[in-house]
Amino acid sequence: MTVTSLLKAHWPLVLLIVGLLIFPLAVREPFPVHLMTMVFMWSTLGMGWNLLGGYAGQVSLGHAVYFGLGAYVPALLLVKAGVVPWVGMIAGAVVACLVAFLLGWPLFRLYGHYFSIATICLCEVVWILFTNWDWAGGARGLFLPIKGTSLLYMQFSQKTGYYYLSLLILVCCFLVVRHVSTSRLGYYFRAIKGDPDAALALGINITRFKIVALVLSALFASICGCFYANYVLYIDPDSTLVFHISCLMCLIPVLGGLGTLVGPIIGAAILVPLSEFTRVYFSGAGRAVDLLIYGTLIVILAVLQPTGLVGLVERFRVRTAKQCAGGWVEKNG
Amino acid sequence: MGCIYALAAVGLALIWGLMEIVNFAHGDFLMLAMYTTFWLWALYRIDPLFSLPVAVMVVFGLGVLTYRGIIKRVLNAPMVAQIFATFGLGLALRSGAQFLWTPNYRMIQNPLAGGVMSFFGVAMGVPQVVAGVVAIILTVALYLYISRSETGRALMATSEDRETAELMAIDTHRMFTVGWGIGSACVGAAGALLSMYYYIYPEVGLMFGLLAYVAVALGGFGSIQGALLAALVIGVVQVTSSFFLSPAYKMAFVYLLYLVVVIARPRGLLGRW
Repeated sequence: MTVTSLLKAHWPLVLLIVGLLIFPLAVREPFPVHLMTMVFMWSTLGMGWNLLGGYAGQVSLGHAVYFGLGAYVPALLLVKAGVVPWVGMIAGAVVACLVAFLLGWPLFRLYGHYFSIATICLCEVVWILFTNWDWAGGARGLFLPIKGTSLLYMQFSQKTGYYYLSLLILVCCFLVVRHVSTSRLGYYFRAIKGDPDAALALGINITRFKIVALVLSALFASICGCFYANYVLYIDPDSTLVFHISCLMCLIPVLGGLGTLVGPIIGAAILVPLSEFTRVYFSGAGRAVDLLIYGTLIVILAVLQPTGLVGLVERFRVRTAKQCAGGWVEKNG
Repeated sequence: MGCIYALAAVGLALIWGLMEIVNFAHGDFLMLAMYTTFWLWALYRIDPLFSLPVAVMVVFGLGVLTYRGIIKRVLNAPMVAQIFATFGLGLALRSGAQFLWTPNYRMIQNPLAGGVMSFFGVAMGVPQVVAGVVAIILTVALYLYISRSETGRALMATSEDRETAELMAIDTHRMFTVGWGIGSACVGAAGALLSMYYYIYPEVGLMFGLLAYVAVALGGFGSIQGALLAALVIGVVQVTSSFFLSPAYKMAFVYLLYLVVVIARPRGLLGRW
C-alpha cells in the first residue's frame, strides 16, 4: 500500500494525529494545553477502569487506590532515595499490580454492590493510612523536588512536555485496550460480564480473568498516578486517594459508553473541560457553584442517557437502520 | 452513635430492599435535615427535639421528589447509571448547601437536652443518650409500621416480588414513592437527632452516607434487621477502637470489619442467600 492510498483510506485519523501533534505548538496559551493534558490523563484512567468495569462488568469504586499508589511510590522513591521517576513509575506499577493481584482473590468472591462497597472501603482504609503516615508526608502531603526541564526526571518547565508525555501514555494504553478488546481476553471479559454462570459453564476461570482485568486497569491507573505526581509536583492523600477520584474515573467511561474503545475518550473530552471551565468561571469565593452545576449535569446525563453517549450514536444508527429496513419492507412487501 | 447509624441505615436498606437501588445522596439528605433543624433553631429558637418532625417532613418530601423526578427514569437503567444519578444529586445538594450557607462549621448551642450525665459510673453526654433513645423508639415504630400496617405490608410485598404485588392490585409506583419517602424520612430523623451534638457543615453527609451504605451491605442487602444489627456493631467497633487504639484509625477499623465479614460471608451478616 502506498503512502497516498494510506492517506486516502485513513485521512480523518491522519488529520487527527497531525492536529494533536501540532496543537501545543499552534496554541501557545498554557490553559488549553493544560486542558488537553488533563483530558488525555483522564481518558487513560477511564480506559483502565473501563477494562474492569466496562468489559468485565465489575464496578469498582475504589480505583483511586491504584492511582494513589502510582503517585506515591515514585514520589517517595524520588524524595527519599533520589530514584529517577521512570524507575519509580515501574516500581509504582509493580506495587499497584501486586496489590491488585493480592486483593483480587478475596474481592472477587463478591458480586455487585458488595464488591463496589468493598472497593470503596479499601480505598478509604488506604486513604486513612496515608493521611496518618508521617514518613510519607501524612496529611500535609509531599513536595517533589524541582529539577528544571529534564527528561530524565520527567519534569518540564513548559506544559508542552507534559502534553506530549500524556499523549504518548494515552496512545500506548489505547493500543493495549484495542488489542485486548479484540483478543480472546476481551471476549472472556465480555462473557463474564454478560453471564458469569454461563461463562463458568463454558470453562472460563472467572476469578482469574477478573484478576487479569483488575491488574491491567491498576497498571493504567498507576502510570497515570506517576504522571500526575510529576505534573503537579505535589501530592497529598486528599488529591490522590479520595472517593471523588474513583468516581470520576468511573463516571468518564459511563458517560462516554461502557465497554467501548472510544467511550472513555469521549467521556473525558466532555467531563474534564466541563469541570475545568465551571471551576474557572464559577468557583469564585469558595461557594462551590461549579460543583453544583457539575452535579446537576451528571444527574441530567444519567437520567437522559443511561447507556452513555456512544449509546446515543448507536440508537441513532439503529433508528436509521430500522427506517431503511422499513422502507425496504414497504417496497418489497 | 450506633443508634443513629441504625436509623440512617434502615432508611437506606428500605429503599434498597424495595427496588435494589442505592441512594448515594442518602448522607446529603441527612445533611439537609441537620441544616433544617439548625435554621429552625437559629431563626426561631426551636429546639431540635421539637423541630424533628419538620426535618422529617422536609426530607420525606425530598425523597418523594427524588423518586418522581430522577429514580423513576433510571429504574431499568444499568447499575452505574443509577449510581451516578444519585451521586450527582448528592454532589449538587452538597455544593448547593455550600453555596447557600457557606462551608463554615455550625453548631446548635445549648439544646434542651444538654450536659453530661453519669450512668453506672460512665460519663455520657445527655444529647447522645436522648438521641439514641429517640432513634431506638423511631426504629421500633418504623418496624411495627412496616410489619403491621396495610401500607407497610404492601411495601414488603413489593420488595418481595414486584410483578406479583402488581397482580395483587398494589400500585407499585405508589409503593416506591412511599418507600423513598419513608426511607428518606428515617435519615431525616437521624439528621435532626445528630444535629443536637454534632457539627453541621455541607460535607457532613459524606461520612454518614458511606457508613450507612457500609452498614446496609454489612448487614446484607434486603435485610432490615441486618442493617440494624450491622449499624450497632459499627457503632461499637468505632467507639472501642478509638478508645483502645487511636481515634484517627476508627473508620479504618469499620471498613476492615466490613471487608473481613464480607469475605467470610459474601452476602453480609443476615443477607438473603
